[in-house]
Amino acid sequence: MTVPIVWYLILSAALFCIGIGGFLIKRNIITIFMSIELMLNAVNLAFVTFANHWHQVSGQIFVFFVMVVAAAEAAVGLAIIISLFRSRNTLNVDQIDLMKL
Amino acid sequence: MNILIFVLLNLLKVAVVTVIFLMAVAYTVLLERKLVGRIQNRWGPSRVGPFGLLQPLADGLKLFLKEDLMPTAVFRPLFILAPIIALSCALISIGVIPFGENIRWHGVDMFQIADLNIGLLVILGVTSIGVYGIALSGWSSNNKYSLLGSLRSSAQMVSYELALGLSVVGIVLRTGSLRLRDIVNLQNTHGILSWNVFGGFQFVAFFIYLCAAFAETNRTPFDLPEAESELTAGYHTEYSSMKFAMFFMAEYANMITVGCVATVLFLGGWSSPFGNLFPAFGGPLVQALLPVFWFVLKVFSFLFLYVWVRGTLPRFRYDQLMGFGWKYLLPIAIVNVMATSLVLAFHG
Amino acid sequence: MNVAIFILFGLLCLGGAMNLLLQRHPINSALSLIVVMSSLAVLYLLLGAEFLALAQIIVYSGAIMVLFVFVIMLLNAGEEERTHGSRAAYLAGIPGVLALFTVLASTFLTLRISFGGTRLGSFLVTTGDLSRVLFRNLLLPFEVTSVLILVAILGAVVLARKEH
Repeated sequence: MTVPIVWYLILSAALFCIGIGGFLIKRNIITIFMSIELMLNAVNLAFVTFANHWHQVSGQIFVFFVMVVAAAEAAVGLAIIISLFRSRNTLNVDQIDLMKL
Repeated sequence: MNILIFVLLNLLKVAVVTVIFLMAVAYTVLLERKLVGRIQNRWGPSRVGPFGLLQPLADGLKLFLKEDLMPTAVFRPLFILAPIIALSCALISIGVIPFGENIRWHGVDMFQIADLNIGLLVILGVTSIGVYGIALSGWSSNNKYSLLGSLRSSAQMVSYELALGLSVVGIVLRTGSLRLRDIVNLQNTHGILSWNVFGGFQFVAFFIYLCAAFAETNRTPFDLPEAESELTAGYHTEYSSMKFAMFFMAEYANMITVGCVATVLFLGGWSSPFGNLFPAFGGPLVQALLPVFWFVLKVFSFLFLYVWVRGTLPRFRYDQLMGFGWKYLLPIAIVNVMATSLVLAFHG
Repeated sequence: MNVAIFILFGLLCLGGAMNLLLQRHPINSALSLIVVMSSLAVLYLLLGAEFLALAQIIVYSGAIMVLFVFVIMLLNAGEEERTHGSRAAYLAGIPGVLALFTVLASTFLTLRISFGGTRLGSFLVTTGDLSRVLFRNLLLPFEVTSVLILVAILGAVVLARKEH
């Protein structure tokens, strides 16, 4: 019994769209950041699926690089969030709307 | 019919390994209390059963029958979830560890639950998930001591995971495989001389692994998360009864797992320290069980070392702990990886 | 078997992602994201990417999400407040997202026949295969990413440091 490749792709699309939804709706900056991570994960799933379909290793290499960059991005992003919280004492994005700290 | 036997045998194997593992956890507690007692010039538990051998049973019964307190201010779902995560992560890793030769009976590997291509990574992955048990328990308890303990612990475990991961890279380089059976097979040619820690010149890596493992399992001298003199009991201050027992079991199960991993990676796994010096003796049953004996002996000596260190060394200060991990262990581990790969590139 | 595993973990993924959206406290969202990432690791195994599955667990669930949980615990900011700024997002965003999903899903469904199916074991990338491509053909990008990580570490230290 095989699983249609399309199911994986649709799952990936659904996760990506939920990620966009979270990015737009949520007000907490950490949750917004997590929605971005969810979108990255959704794209990773699509990459792995295509790698499986075309029998190519390069698709998985892409995921590898995405993971590495995501780790770097998370470290910097969370550091920004911490320094933001220190100066504003809030995590609500509506109250963080000035260009300077 | 064949597949039914296969499934049944596998289930039996999992059940037997789990029961033995849990028994080992209970008796590690006794071993620790006895040994620490001796180190501190007292007897240790000696009342329940001969030489106090039934003490683990009494301990378990006591913890099981105690009232399960639920403090009012806790964040309930996570408070219950945290010990479950801690214990299950501690118990999973044993599933990929090989205890003996690859002897098959009805197509079932007798001495290993699952032989994975990426066994080593599974162990690292499960260890990294285990952080959540401690982090969430501290946060959901709504208690400053718990929170401080769990903040310290998550920072400590994440920092030392790097050193732990880098210390085993040298061995993976030598073996060229992440399969634990391959790693052991490379070491069982000339007995003690071909073990990774001696023949593989990985003693620096072994030292780093040792330090990182002590930190990962939150044991003295790195038991900052539950430093009782400053944080009452750290992350499990608010826990009682079975939920406390789960954290307790998780700690000792982690000790055993770390010991098993050290044995497989550095101390030659199930292989005999004498290699082929002595001719094979006994029937096939003895030949099958002898490797398991060596394995258990090695894990036991590792646990002995754990308790010995606990009885000897004082606790580090938090900044010393972080400084040690980042400024010394990590650079040494990187140098070790570079040296190993250079040697392998020119001689391998 | 394949289908059962896919459906189970696919539903876990979707449920976790929806839960991320619906929960008000960031720590619950973080936990549901961990569920999503771990189930994705199982799906990667199903697709024959064994190294990536474990890298997903170690890097995403074990390192990145621990950082998130750590920061949430450190800041301890409590539940999310409801503000009016999100109304525009509700009005324009949700239909847009639904439209995007419809477009993507219908595109994929039209390609249903040509894509075919997959099963466990039909394509397996071992760690060796992966590293051969990574270190022979893509060595420069690999090294550049390590420089990127170094820069990110320095940046994070500078940003999060307390000013004296």
